[in-house]
Amino acid sequence: MIYTPSAVAVVVFATFILLVVGLSVWLGRRARSASGYYAAHGEIHWLVNGIAFAGDYLSAASFLGICGMIAFYGYDGFLYSIGYLAGWIVALFIVAEPLKRMGRFTFADALDSRFHSRSIKLTAAISTLVVSLFYLIPQMVGAGALITPLLGLPHVAGVLLVGVVVTTIVVTAGMVSTTWVQFIKGSLLVLFCFLLTILILRRGLVVDAGTGDEPFAYRPVQSVLARPDLEVLPKAGAWAGKPYTRLRNRSTGLVEVWREEGRGDAARLTETQRVTVTPSGARLIDGLPQGRGPGQRDLRPVGHVAAIGEHVRGISSFATGPLGPAAFLRELSDATIQLWASERIVEDDGGVTTIYFQKLTKGADLLTAGASPTFAGVRSAKLFDKLDFFSLMLALFAGTASLPHILIRYYTVKDESAVRKSTVVGIAAIGIFYVLTLFLGFGAMTSGALDVTNSNMAAPLLAKSFSPLLFAIVSAIAFTTVLGTVSGLIIAASGAVAHDILNNVLGHQLTDTRMVQAGKIVAIVVGAIAMVLGVLFERLNVTFLVGWAFNIAASANLPALVMALYWKRATKQGIAAAITVGMVSSLAWILSSAQAFRDVYGLPATSALVPFSQPAIVTLPLGFLVLVVVSLLTPAQPDRAAEAGRPGPQSMGRG
Amino acid sequence: MPEAHPTRRAGGALRFWLFGLYLACYLAFMILTAFRRDVMAWAPFGGANVAVLSGFALIGAAIAFAVLYLWLSRDAAAAPEASR
Repeated sequence: MIYTPSAVAVVVFATFILLVVGLSVWLGRRARSASGYYAAHGEIHWLVNGIAFAGDYLSAASFLGICGMIAFYGYDGFLYSIGYLAGWIVALFIVAEPLKRMGRFTFADALDSRFHSRSIKLTAAISTLVVSLFYLIPQMVGAGALITPLLGLPHVAGVLLVGVVVTTIVVTAGMVSTTWVQFIKGSLLVLFCFLLTILILRRGLVVDAGTGDEPFAYRPVQSVLARPDLEVLPKAGAWAGKPYTRLRNRSTGLVEVWREEGRGDAARLTETQRVTVTPSGARLIDGLPQGRGPGQRDLRPVGHVAAIGEHVRGISSFATGPLGPAAFLRELSDATIQLWASERIVEDDGGVTTIYFQKLTKGADLLTAGASPTFAGVRSAKLFDKLDFFSLMLALFAGTASLPHILIRYYTVKDESAVRKSTVVGIAAIGIFYVLTLFLGFGAMTSGALDVTNSNMAAPLLAKSFSPLLFAIVSAIAFTTVLGTVSGLIIAASGAVAHDILNNVLGHQLTDTRMVQAGKIVAIVVGAIAMVLGVLFERLNVTFLVGWAFNIAASANLPALVMALYWKRATKQGIAAAITVGMVSSLAWILSSAQAFRDVYGLPATSALVPFSQPAIVTLPLGFLVLVVVSLLTPAQPDRAAEAGRPGPQSMGRG
Repeated sequence: MPEAHPTRRAGGALRFWLFGLYLACYLAFMILTAFRRDVMAWAPFGGANVAVLSGFALIGAAIAFAVLYLWLSRDAAAAPEASR
């Protein structure tokens, strides 16, 4: 869809960016030392840190990705909400307090506090870099997705803008400014999502008689074929065997594509929308150049209630009026929703056509799992398909407490009590947000404003269906969301290289000032890499990408973290081996999966080398197994932390 | 081994019990989602079905467990301080 930028949007957006950068520069005066740069001197108040946790965690994936997934597939997106929040239980009860006791700037510190091992520092730092980069990709993609409708700039401009602004934030002030950006962003995000939810419930569900957008046609076959100006094209070439009827207009030469649904008396032809990219790179919508001028065409917005009771869209109007949360879900369950699916056809001339077709779906069907490709396995009878679902849910549960940018936030408060309090505040804020995502997603699904080609835009376009100002504010908050999360990730990556690798592994013994300088240089490099990746992965759903990051984080980091914190017999060889095996195996599995073959390499999913896409259910236990076996095969080592009078591992149950 | 810090004892075994309980709920949710779609689709009060209600319940339970832990560990942490 073509988006028209507005002056209001530009002003709101510019205000947000200037405020964020201004705040960073101002706070930059307080972060001259390594402790200030990487851990904000450990002086952040627990309440601020708690909301900053929410700011760190509620990334583009949570806001844009989950809303988009629910808007396009229903309940499946909510599974991410449930899994993402459940992960905080691991963080609070298993990781948070011992990690705070044993570390200083990075999670490698905590892992290494017992062993003083270069191999642990190196593998932990590499793992941090890999996870951070995988997590950075969806954030940058989200930034690009936002900037297009907001400012009318291309995707690449959004990616570059967020890259430059974030690098500026990180280079100027490090963790101090990042924390305050996260605090502001987390607060605004929850607040405005709450406001949006109220607006959704006040609007209720609406069946439009056709006075708004022209409804998409859904007609008996004969009524379409009876039109004298059209001739039916043969199902030849790439169209052979496909459920589409192509009709050419004899006077204009334009081709319409209708999808065939049902049989016999119930046979219908349904109107489609199609995007063709020609071999020369031109982009056509329904056969015409994309645009809004004469002789051009643009995609029409989608996301409508097709029917409620006897009221059918295009025939009669009906509005439920304001609804409570329970009534909203009840009405939705009883309604029929016009969803959209797509099919890709490679034309004989080499052009690629993506056909978007209507899929009338019962609301009740959208309130259970399995409608999306990601979670289709739960409706499958095959064991491997179900394992894919279990594996992703395990990754979400175990991945949160293994994310580098979350782990470093435990060092920005003064003690374990503050860690506990700030984690609980974070869980509360994040939990409230995730409850809202269900209503935001279903609100977007029925807003009549969705872009059929881009699920990531569902939440901002939902806001646009209420008011252009709200759209501008929500988009700016979403953009700030990206800024905040990317800042945290870059700081985590920067700490991994400057503090863990340069200082601890390579033994450069950097002074405090030099370590901060090195961190800033690394931040610039990581920011540049993130920009390139954000452009390369433009078309992938951001939630889907974050799922991969969680799998790698869980597999590489969690076994090492848990066993280093709780198992006295763990050895440095065991810890290093677990990180290496967990990281390499999960990465290899992902790159060999059907999802990667289909969505990254553009190859048939059937060529995948592994039976299901999400690796955690295999690679997470593998990490634990490797750690135990290698530790038992290597000599027990003295606890250097205990010898130095610092806390060592604790036994389960004693606390 | 050095003497454990008071806050280290605070919460004590409680957090592992809470973790285990939540993990059991989460596993039950996953198993029902994967194998009993009929149960998850059941709407006991009309409208919101078991899938939605159990999702909300898991989110609510995470918040409730976290607050409970904070509350109980605060009492536990305060006790050793008071006894000195």
